[in-house]
Amino acid sequence: MSISTGASRRVLEKGPSGWLAAPALFFFLLFAIVPLAGVFFLSFTKWDGLGEIKLDGFSSWTTVLTDPVTGNALLVTAKIMFFSFIVQAPISLLLGVFTSASQKYRAVLAVLYFVPLLLSSAAVAIAYKALLDPNFGLGPGLGIPFLAQDWLGNSDLVLFVVVFVIAWQFVPFHTLIYQGGVRQIPASLYEAAQIDGAGRVQQFFAITLPQLKYTIITSSTLMVVGSLAYFDLVFVLTGGGPGYSTRLLPLHMYLTGFKANDMGAASALGVILVVIGLALALILQRLGGKNRNASQLEGA
Amino acid sequence: MASTTQLPVPPAVRVDPSRKPAQRSKGPGRSRPNFLGGLGGWLWLAIIIVPIYYVVVTSLKNQAGFFTSNPMMPPSEPTLDNYKLVLENDFAMYFVNSLLVTVGSVVPALLVSFMAAYAIVRGKTRFLGWTNRLFLLGLAIPLHATIIPIYWMITKAHLYDTLLALILPSIAFAIPISVLILSNFMRDVPNELFESMRLDGCSDWAMMWRLALPMTRPAVVTVGIYNALGVWNGFLFPLILTQSPSTRVLPLSLWTFQGEFSVNIPAVLASVVLATLPLLVIYVVARRQLISGLTAGFSK
Repeated sequence: MSISTGASRRVLEKGPSGWLAAPALFFFLLFAIVPLAGVFFLSFTKWDGLGEIKLDGFSSWTTVLTDPVTGNALLVTAKIMFFSFIVQAPISLLLGVFTSASQKYRAVLAVLYFVPLLLSSAAVAIAYKALLDPNFGLGPGLGIPFLAQDWLGNSDLVLFVVVFVIAWQFVPFHTLIYQGGVRQIPASLYEAAQIDGAGRVQQFFAITLPQLKYTIITSSTLMVVGSLAYFDLVFVLTGGGPGYSTRLLPLHMYLTGFKANDMGAASALGVILVVIGLALALILQRLGGKNRNASQLEGA
Repeated sequence: MASTTQLPVPPAVRVDPSRKPAQRSKGPGRSRPNFLGGLGGWLWLAIIIVPIYYVVVTSLKNQAGFFTSNPMMPPSEPTLDNYKLVLENDFAMYFVNSLLVTVGSVVPALLVSFMAAYAIVRGKTRFLGWTNRLFLLGLAIPLHATIIPIYWMITKAHLYDTLLALILPSIAFAIPISVLILSNFMRDVPNELFESMRLDGCSDWAMMWRLALPMTRPAVVTVGIYNALGVWNGFLFPLILTQSPSTRVLPLSLWTFQGEFSVNIPAVLASVVLATLPLLVIYVVARRQLISGLTAGFSK
């Protein structure tokens, strides 16, 4: 027996051929890595999207870096990232704990909580546009003056409306992640805590929160890096307006490239987006210490 | 440590036996009903449900009813005219386009990701290690930053305004997360099973289909559903890579309906309902698979 397993070990050592990974690698290189290199290259060119691409040195970068709209887009992106994290993280953590318990009514609520996951961003944005309409929306229809404001037309309010709609759409997904995390906490920990007389709040802070460390890192990383991709929702909901008040970096990139036909400047904005995304992912991994994704990164 | 074989068991069942005795035997901590938590849970339900309810109810009103009635009251004379109007405006064609793009992206993405995950987990070569690292890097990069080079490549390949233009980058963008989740599950397949099949003279190729695939089927289904959601609801690629109505997909059609019907808000909202309906049906049928799979995939 020992001889045969030894022999099989030796055969297994070879493992399957690397060619099995080739098709995936091919697609990924062609449509993700090549474009990634392409966005660097195009940021040093001049191109209107139709004609010839001409090398143009640093002029796109000069345009982008001196344009106050770029700074504004960065600020709007940072604000939305910050506020949507502050709003989403606690709500989805608490809802994850809430839905992970075994009561029947909580399971039923969870089924309904996850429905927004099914809607496209375009659908969510269109629904909220109708709902928030200052003339025909929910507020004026019900006769509630507070709700009847011009939510999307007021540049002081619109950012928070966007944060709210983002939370509405994405909290369900993070609730799901936390629910799974909580369910992996051994029940024996809670039993021991109960014997020690710990109350619910104490149990939450002493067991649930520390045990969810990796889940918190995963969810936060997805939340923060994901907030660089809130394009379609904001595009349909506000188009970046009023003025520039919700013009996020990805939206600014799209509008610069495909509406103002300045693909060079848009590519420079794309590079900025890539750099910010990578930096954020690295910082979050560091903050979390040795997390499981990091160990996967090294182990595999 | 949820292993692959445990996955189909709904997590609630696993939690139950350990919690129930604890509730009976011990302490105020768990047995006291959590009023605050319950209140928060119902409050969030209201936040989730009100917009959905509003969309459905409004889509059943005629235009006059929409302007005059209470927005939260069901219509006095429900009508399906709005749905008829949407269906008459080529909705079926957009639906078929979405279906073609989704199936055309998800099936190849699953196939190549599965083969890559199998090779990465079972293989030992340095090439596979680097491939895996590259895919993990793809998770940290906001890939949407590369839309301009992708637009350039698609136009150069004369694929602009075709469904294939949407399919090819969608496959590539689905690969990193698919490989990550599939390889996480693949690692849980006991090595002994592979060894015994090897002793029976199985090739790596045969083991992939006859052992690895059946053992990771829940993960394959999960990844399939997750990617299908992403592609079905995708907005950015259709926006920049297609133009004519004959290649329009559903999320984009919602946006154009909004322009065409403009003030006919009930019809716009009917299109939102129609576009979400197929996913809702899938959710009702395969909810457990979707939820437990996503949970296990992300909180591992």
